[in-house]
Amino acid sequence: MGMTMTEKILAQAADQAEVRPGEIVEVPADLVFGQDTTMPLAVIAFRQMGAEYPFDPEKVAIVCDHFVPNATVQAAERTRSLREFAREHGVANYFEAGRGENFGVEHALLPEEGLIRPGMVIVGADSHTTSYGALGAFASGFGSTDVAAAMALGRVWLRVPETMRFVYTGELNPWVSAKDLILYTIGKIGVAGALYRAMELIGPVIESLSVDQRLTMCNMGVEAGAKNAIIPVDRETEDYLESVGVEGGFAAISDSDCQYYSVTGIDVSEVEPQVACPPSPDNVKDLSEVLGVTLDAVFIGSCTNGRIDDLRRAARVLEGKRVSSDLRLIVIPATQEVYAQALHEGILQVFVEAGAAVSTPTCGPCFGGHMGLLAPGERVIATTNRNFRGRMGHPASEVYLSSPVVAAASAVMGRIAHPEEVTR
Amino acid sequence: MIIEGRVWKLGDNVDTDQLVPGRYLTLTDSQELASHCLEDTVPRFREEVRPGDILVGGKNFGCGSSREHAPAALKALGISCLLASSFARIFFRNCINLGLPVLIAPEAISDIQDSDRIRVNVETGEIENVSRSFRCSVPPLAPFLLGIIDAGGLTAYARNQLHAQAPETERGVSP
Repeated sequence: MGMTMTEKILAQAADQAEVRPGEIVEVPADLVFGQDTTMPLAVIAFRQMGAEYPFDPEKVAIVCDHFVPNATVQAAERTRSLREFAREHGVANYFEAGRGENFGVEHALLPEEGLIRPGMVIVGADSHTTSYGALGAFASGFGSTDVAAAMALGRVWLRVPETMRFVYTGELNPWVSAKDLILYTIGKIGVAGALYRAMELIGPVIESLSVDQRLTMCNMGVEAGAKNAIIPVDRETEDYLESVGVEGGFAAISDSDCQYYSVTGIDVSEVEPQVACPPSPDNVKDLSEVLGVTLDAVFIGSCTNGRIDDLRRAARVLEGKRVSSDLRLIVIPATQEVYAQALHEGILQVFVEAGAAVSTPTCGPCFGGHMGLLAPGERVIATTNRNFRGRMGHPASEVYLSSPVVAAASAVMGRIAHPEEVTR
Repeated sequence: MIIEGRVWKLGDNVDTDQLVPGRYLTLTDSQELASHCLEDTVPRFREEVRPGDILVGGKNFGCGSSREHAPAALKALGISCLLASSFARIFFRNCINLGLPVLIAPEAISDIQDSDRIRVNVETGEIENVSRSFRCSVPPLAPFLLGIIDAGGLTAYARNQLHAQAPETERGVSP
């Protein structure tokens, strides 16, 4: 019996001929990383373990993205401690805003920096580590102590997950993008629909998506509870990897006789733009059902939808328009490289002239940290990944999740709107 | 390991943003984190919880963010054990890594109510609701996970492993 691509990566890592779902394997970590909210706890645990040096400093990355630029004095103390840890331990892959090189939201930044390769086992102290499956890696989120142990020992234990295969076919409707497909999928299976399992995303529609779009889909796999989400390497992936200077890697493909936990076909011709309503990412409705919901804020950005592809789509809707004075629009390119590209293409000018607040890269508003939080009773539509109660501010505020084009159209109309209302 | 305690019952899909809201993620001290645990959704929890209490959740407990601040806060409040119909996987690992016993116990949840007294044998998976004379048995944790809990969590467990490998590699370990 054959293996799924996730099983193949774990078998290769474990140096075994095969692995089976449910089996526990201990595998070497190819990349271990964390960010400024999870890494401080990992550093404390790392020291308590009696470890002095990371197993391999080149395989460790620290990305300060959540509370940067330092939102509070305490945040400044945390980033300083991580900066010092990186310097003392030879961690060259340390990223923080405004240090003369690329920086930004980890899951957009690490692929740009060429740190992600197909077939890698990636251990990240952040739940949205699932993103990197878009480049054919096994990537999963962990807590701080797990990351500390992986940093000290260079290994991590994993239960081999069952794989749920999702096959996307049909023609994408206008204004429908990867965000709509993953919201639609989460709406179908629920927030625990893929708990402990791998999501394998495949089919002609996936093949037609840019790497930016694929990252959006794998990013939100964790919102269905998935351990990892993964897309096979193809020409599109190879072109992307070449553009960021990555060579080699293990491009696993599922065997035709492998065993899936389930196989679900999704005809995207039936999918219209989707919106996840509060307070759960699986409370998904067709855009047509929520048109007209009034808003106080719109946020375009995050590790889910802050890449150049996302900003281009949003700018297409906002070009020559003005943001409604009934709300505030905040746009945050996910990385400095995205920011520079958007600047070069005139996209930032579109946002600025539309009256949006455009910020330097940060996770800030998405997790309710800083940079545009919500007052009681306020309502936002955001291109982010979670709409839990209080996620972006006061517990009595509300978060709707959508694609960049729906968010952009809503910013112009002052209420949840279809892009066609703005562009026709 | 037999744990007996009073139950705090919560519902399905309790996310880690509820357990410790994002605005507190610059904190690293577990007592400070504990002082904000569930403050937006169950504000009386952090005031009324007592050391030894047992947390019982529904489906997908601990979903969302990987923040270990969440189980660290529960541990600092003295929560002795967690039961749920199912756990989000990162939260489940985090509990074990902090030495906090967790059991997946879908059979037991509907027969346990808030404030009940229950007894949990973490090694055998036997659960007894002392208040309602209900008993059931669920699959216990895998032995190597119990080993991590017995060691006091992954930090102590990894320390032992590092010391065991130190003579060979002579790196990564302080004396």
